[in-house]
Amino acid sequence: MSAEYHEPRGWAEAIAMLEKHGDDAVVLAGGTAYTLLLRQGLIRPAHVVGLRRLPGATRIDVDAHGGLSIGAMATHTHSLRAETVRGAWPELADALAKVATIRIRDQATVGGSVAHADPASDAPAMLCALGAQAVVVSGPDAAPRRVPVDALLVDLFTTSLAPAELIHSIEIPARTPWTRAVYLKYTSRSVDDYATVSVAARADIVDGAFRDLRIFLAGVGPKPMRASSVENALRGAKADGAFAEAAALVRGDVDPIDDVRGSASYKREMSRVWTERALRKLAA
Amino acid sequence: MNGAPQSVVVGPEVRLIDVLRDQLGLLGTKEGCSVGVCGACSVLVDGEVMSACLLPAVSMDGMDVTTIEGVAADRLQEAFITEGGFQCGICTPGQIVSAVALLMAHPRPTEGDIREWMTGNLCRCTGYRGIERAIKKAAGI
Repeated sequence: MSAEYHEPRGWAEAIAMLEKHGDDAVVLAGGTAYTLLLRQGLIRPAHVVGLRRLPGATRIDVDAHGGLSIGAMATHTHSLRAETVRGAWPELADALAKVATIRIRDQATVGGSVAHADPASDAPAMLCALGAQAVVVSGPDAAPRRVPVDALLVDLFTTSLAPAELIHSIEIPARTPWTRAVYLKYTSRSVDDYATVSVAARADIVDGAFRDLRIFLAGVGPKPMRASSVENALRGAKADGAFAEAAALVRGDVDPIDDVRGSASYKREMSRVWTERALRKLAA
Repeated sequence: MNGAPQSVVVGPEVRLIDVLRDQLGLLGTKEGCSVGVCGACSVLVDGEVMSACLLPAVSMDGMDVTTIEGVAADRLQEAFITEGGFQCGICTPGQIVSAVALLMAHPRPTEGDIREWMTGNLCRCTGYRGIERAIKKAAGI
């Protein structure tokens, strides 16, 4: 039996549809994950709510201070090519460019990547490191609330979104003149694969010392894993290139599994190696 | 569809590749891996290259879809022949469609541009060198 397809023209209308159909409804953004989940029989929706006609959903804006807003339905390609993104956060553009192939980047949306909550995806880890917030809309007025992307992602393919909530856009705070960021992706099979491990990091380097260091790793746990031990060890520390000891602590921050991309112990070691490289790159 | 209006009625579980091959008889677009990795089903959607095996057909409503049957790629096709850009041919429609999108985005691509862009179009015969030569030739570089 075919599912029923809906294409709401407004956010409140979309939310009302999701409220009405509850667990029988699936949200369709770019469709890369949706199509695979459908084919694998992992979703069997009675109703599909396509978001492609929602007003402003593909908008990409930068405010006067350099804060970015990326509409949930903006594709990876449109986001990484946008002058606003390249100007405000070229490191985010770099992370988006590391997603799979041009075909996936042309179709898959940034908001969809966050909502799908695949722990090996590139965009969510980088957004966590940059302290991004999701603007989540719900209710009859599509009232917005802001949730840190790190808090939105709670487990494997699981977000804290309620069934009738939608990500409207992603906001990335402005950088300071001292801010540096990096996204390093390591793939053990082919370059267009999901990460074996990737490291997203940002810090302000003031008077030669780290401030507001944030490090998240993709592919090595049920969600982007925060390297809290490394962050704590380097709080206020000199960004002088001696990071081996601090980077080794990441092994306790990640929780990888054995799979085709490597054993859990291999991924722990690669987490250490790539975290140290990321720290060096931040400090360079 | 390839420049002309086309109307089909499908549910949201139907993929573009199925509409192309089963309903419209456009058999140039091949289905290889079915998971968006191999590139055999590359098509253009509003000028951007995507995998027809990953596209819900309902999302194509109002969009310009171009398949290998609709691309104007004489120079590329000629270059693929003269430069040995194919052997068995199963990946070739996807290679050409992807290369068309590449040359629209980068009319004079660097070697790096070509390799990066064509990463997602797999070929088990050529070793890729012939494909790279063909794209360079078509671009006049």
